[in-house]
Amino acid sequence: MSGRFLESTAMGFARAITRAMESERIARQRGLLQRLDPRVRVVGLLSLILAATLTRKIGVVAALFGVAVLLAILSRVSLLLLLRRVWLVVLAFTGVIALPAIFITPGTVMARTGALQVTEQGLRTATLLVLRVETAVSLCSLLVLCTPWAMVLQSLRALRLPREAVAMLAMTYRYVFLLVETASQMFESRRSRRVGILPGAEQRRMAARTAGVLLSKTVETSNEVYLAMQSRGFRGEVETLSSLHMTMWDYIGLLLFLLAGAFAAWIGR
Amino acid sequence: MHIPDGYLSPSTCAVLYAGAAAGWYVALRRLKRVLLTRVIPLISVFAAFSFVVMMFNLPLPGGTTGHALGVTIAAIVLGPSGAILALSIALAIQALFFGDGGISTLGANCFNMAIVGSLVAYGAYRLMSARAAVGDRRRIIAAGIAGYVAVNAAALCAAMEFGIQPMLFHDASGTPLYAPYRLGVAIPAMMIGHLTFAGMAEAVISAGIVAYLQVADPALLSRSLTLSYTSLVGAAKLRPVASSTRRLWIAVAMLMLLTPLGILAAGTAWGEWSPAELARGASSRAAAVRSLRPEAPSGMQRLSHLWTAPFPAYAPAFVRSRGFGYLLSAMFGVGLLLCLSLAAQRVLERQRRRRAAA
Repeated sequence: MSGRFLESTAMGFARAITRAMESERIARQRGLLQRLDPRVRVVGLLSLILAATLTRKIGVVAALFGVAVLLAILSRVSLLLLLRRVWLVVLAFTGVIALPAIFITPGTVMARTGALQVTEQGLRTATLLVLRVETAVSLCSLLVLCTPWAMVLQSLRALRLPREAVAMLAMTYRYVFLLVETASQMFESRRSRRVGILPGAEQRRMAARTAGVLLSKTVETSNEVYLAMQSRGFRGEVETLSSLHMTMWDYIGLLLFLLAGAFAAWIGR
Repeated sequence: MHIPDGYLSPSTCAVLYAGAAAGWYVALRRLKRVLLTRVIPLISVFAAFSFVVMMFNLPLPGGTTGHALGVTIAAIVLGPSGAILALSIALAIQALFFGDGGISTLGANCFNMAIVGSLVAYGAYRLMSARAAVGDRRRIIAAGIAGYVAVNAAALCAAMEFGIQPMLFHDASGTPLYAPYRLGVAIPAMMIGHLTFAGMAEAVISAGIVAYLQVADPALLSRSLTLSYTSLVGAAKLRPVASSTRRLWIAVAMLMLLTPLGILAAGTAWGEWSPAELARGASSRAAAVRSLRPEAPSGMQRLSHLWTAPFPAYAPAFVRSRGFGYLLSAMFGVGLLLCLSLAAQRVLERQRRRRAAA
């Protein structure tokens, strides 16, 4: 594994860029969520996520998961993509974490095999955890997949996030891709000049040196960005463009989201 | 260590959002006093750097790999305020755009990794590299240890947040509603991975970058960048101290007025029982647990008479109203602290003058 750290890191960079491009493509499609005002998407999906975390009943969480699947279909988000990117990953990660709870949670014993015993409470807590995380991550992924980043930022500003924070999020997002590309090129050039597998200590030195070079470039880039901002008259006042207009359908959508979230939280309490 | 949605209860998330918001507020205020125009691009691009460093798949001794957080190098180069904001922004982008870490748990993740991580990393590095020259080898070791300690401190916070979930949030049948493991399981389970791989990954990258910077770009190690920009700002640009002091007094007055709120809470604070309260609680539990005796331990009974407070239970004996008693106790407490700090300030000032004269 460690022998291929250059490859695996470069693959990670490539995967991040591919994911970002895929999200932009889905966000441009004409589905249900894409047609709604981004503020409605942010508030509506957050209210469903909140409902999914508030509810105490497995049936209600399962119903919210069904809503997430329905929203994905109506928004033309491939279920295969969600399966690959969200459901299987969450199942593997949270499933491993939740599995021992089936056996070690004290409660009513349902089955016993040798030293292991399955309790009703253990089974319920593991199911609830996996289902809750699947639902919340699916809803979060729908928000990410169906909303271009610029619109997420506009919505955050509309939700009264400080201008400085929105400006920093916008700039960070832009430079993430520049630095990912720079790091990717550095790894690629190193890989093209390498024959065989480097010893572990040398690999660690190389990774640290690459990060060090990237840090120097980061500070240099921030200086250049600062000078560019100064030359364009930046004096500390951050302005954000806002061209969002709510239509009647947006208000209806917002109302439905909030009602669904409140109803789920109420019956699942 | 990125906690996804669903592992923590909404109330835990709200508390940790409040904790993180306090950290963001203080960090932003400190940086605004520096030079906002300079800080915005620096923090933004550094956040992008932290994001990329988190993607590095580091080879570790033993043949495995691990991911670092990059919090230590951010704290060393930017200082704690800059690191808190840069890491928080990187974590927000991970959650909002890449779906890594939850939205409801973003406050918790920022609290653990950005705030606790940055403060611990900065404190440990400064402590261990005190008075070391920029090129001193001690700085490399300090960065490595600071990285290791910071990641484990952040992981411990996350483990404790997981561990309190089943204690606080379960249904009538005892089914845990969120993270299902108690502290006794959550802490070892979380810490084993971080004491070995994750902590080591952060130590390797932090020490490695500091070693590289000592040779290639020592200026970045000489002083926190955000502190360096302070010198660019004239005294006139700094926020007047008087206004912040006034606000502090208003906040203290508000808190004093709110002290009677404690009366509304049912029961007693856990672990703060008097021997009589402990005996009462034990007698009610004794029916369920036979080994408990309905009386306070003898040592506790003996030591409880060592000191009698002037305002027992926050209410002087001559005051009838409990609410007024709380308010009076708050005023007395604040007044006492004020007198002590004024006395300490006078002593320190006198010492400073004496040293200056010498």
